[in-house]
Amino acid sequence: MNNQTPVTAAARAAPIRVDLQLIADMVEPGCRLLDVGCGDGALLRHLVQNKSVDGRGIEISREGVNACVREGLSVIQGDADTDLADYPDDAFDMVVLSQTLQATHNPRLVLLQLLRIGRQAIVSFPNFAYWNCRLQLAFGGRMPVTESLNNPWYTTPNIHFCTIRDFTRLCRDEAIIVERSYGLKNDGSKGGFSGDGLFANVLGEQGVFLLKREPL
Amino acid sequence: MGQPETFEARVAMHPGGAVEHHPAVILGENKPLRLASGAELGPFTVAYQTCGTLNADRNNVVLVCHALTGDQYMVGTHPITGRPGWWQDMIGPSKPLDTSRYFIICANVLGGCMGTTGPADIHPKSGKPYGMRFPLITIGDMVEAQAMLLDHLEIDSVLAVVGGSMGAMQALEWAHRYPERVYASVPVAGSARHTAQNIAFNEVGRQAIISDPNWHDGDYSARGTRPAQGLAVARMAAHITYLSDEALHRKFGRGLQDRDQVTYGFEADFQVESYLRHQGRTFVERFDANSYLYITRAMDYFDLTAEHDGSLQAAFTDTPVRFCLISFTSDWLFPTAESRAVVHALNANAANVSFVEIDTDKGHDSFLLDVPEFHTILAGFLDGVAVQRGLVRR
Repeated sequence: MNNQTPVTAAARAAPIRVDLQLIADMVEPGCRLLDVGCGDGALLRHLVQNKSVDGRGIEISREGVNACVREGLSVIQGDADTDLADYPDDAFDMVVLSQTLQATHNPRLVLLQLLRIGRQAIVSFPNFAYWNCRLQLAFGGRMPVTESLNNPWYTTPNIHFCTIRDFTRLCRDEAIIVERSYGLKNDGSKGGFSGDGLFANVLGEQGVFLLKREPL
Repeated sequence: MGQPETFEARVAMHPGGAVEHHPAVILGENKPLRLASGAELGPFTVAYQTCGTLNADRNNVVLVCHALTGDQYMVGTHPITGRPGWWQDMIGPSKPLDTSRYFIICANVLGGCMGTTGPADIHPKSGKPYGMRFPLITIGDMVEAQAMLLDHLEIDSVLAVVGGSMGAMQALEWAHRYPERVYASVPVAGSARHTAQNIAFNEVGRQAIISDPNWHDGDYSARGTRPAQGLAVARMAAHITYLSDEALHRKFGRGLQDRDQVTYGFEADFQVESYLRHQGRTFVERFDANSYLYITRAMDYFDLTAEHDGSLQAAFTDTPVRFCLISFTSDWLFPTAESRAVVHALNANAANVSFVEIDTDKGHDSFLLDVPEFHTILAGFLDGVAVQRGLVRR
């Protein structure tokens, strides 16, 4: 990752969610980028407009795809679990998976696919070990409902919850290098703590990781 | 006629949304078109319609490819049926194919019967209609004829090729054959190859025509007749495949036609029967039976993988073309899976592709009907590529 983290680009950016801005700040300008689970295209549009990325998206919901294509974004209707396999190795400089990992059927395979088709990957996910989740489960005896886990258990699309610690472990097991990591507070801003330590796992509502493959 | 001599001058007379029905141009006079079959065709004519104005950079061209029974009359009044053009709602100022920005061209396909050379036309050597002596043509041959038309109009490349159904086949074939001449390709309700089911339906239609005693081995015009019944039946069968069960049910249900009870006979008791008979009757007034044979055959032969050992991925290696594939949920003739197969092959090339499946119960014909979501998506995609190509944002 070069260090041109573009303060200037961020400055002229139309405002996007704070956590998306954090991801955007990690993206190299002009790179080839795939946004997996791009939703209505908020991040992708921002990156195309402000970072001149050659951006593509995959989104499972028809409404999301339609909204993106209607705005001229290159997005296909597809499924992270099945459709990443089509792409050739190193097709992209960067692949983003924002708040989608926990909704996939096979997060491990998806993660490996991300790093096969992209040189780098940015992955963000809700941290199930966030203190508020712990409290709700431990003392309320109920499945946690938070800002980033905002569905009751019977409608949630999130089927594979994990904690920041779990994710760090998976990366280690799969020989994936964590280049940067952040624990985000519930307003989406960076916490003042190390991104993969105990504090992040308790105080971070979501984790954001910049990953790359271990060189062969 | 007061028409200026040059093409530019004629176009300049109609800024922003003017529709022009161009007299057919004669192509292949010096060098005939070599067809996929190996036969040569030339000279031949291509009839086309344009809307909008070609800009000075000649980079605002949208080539529209019509479907099996369509023609170049996208907008305006059809000269035979007197009805509005088949994409009247899609094309015009501020419409998805915005004639205040784009110069839109649609040519009648090779083998057609609305001014481009087809089996009903006179063979220049024999002085008689081609009939079954017309050479077999392919989707690729249709694209070649369109490319010759663009050459004639001195248009090097187009902003987009857009087409539904057989038009989608042409949009894909254009991207495959001339990736450097096509900035974007928009295949709607299409497929990279005709499936066994598609071929089967076409064969039913062709047999209906061929078994009509008035067909006379294709030489019906010499006998002053035509296989109207056969062509009407072909159209009726095909028309069913363009709709969906839900759409037919919504429109007709089991409703009876001008009667309170069934007649215990074989009249058109049901509204749906009456509707289909009407479709068949009106179709034969505007379409040539031999053209129907040739064009359906061209669709059957279409298989982009054929030249690439069965690999669709290899057909689009390193393609620079931007694609937007669109399918419709209720289309069972060219189902979403067909578009998705193209998307998978394009992804395998890391191509720039958008893919949208639109939720509608209107069946294959959705691309011709009022499906607002389809219109806004097509408009948005075209706007995106237009801006990338340096045209002014809407």
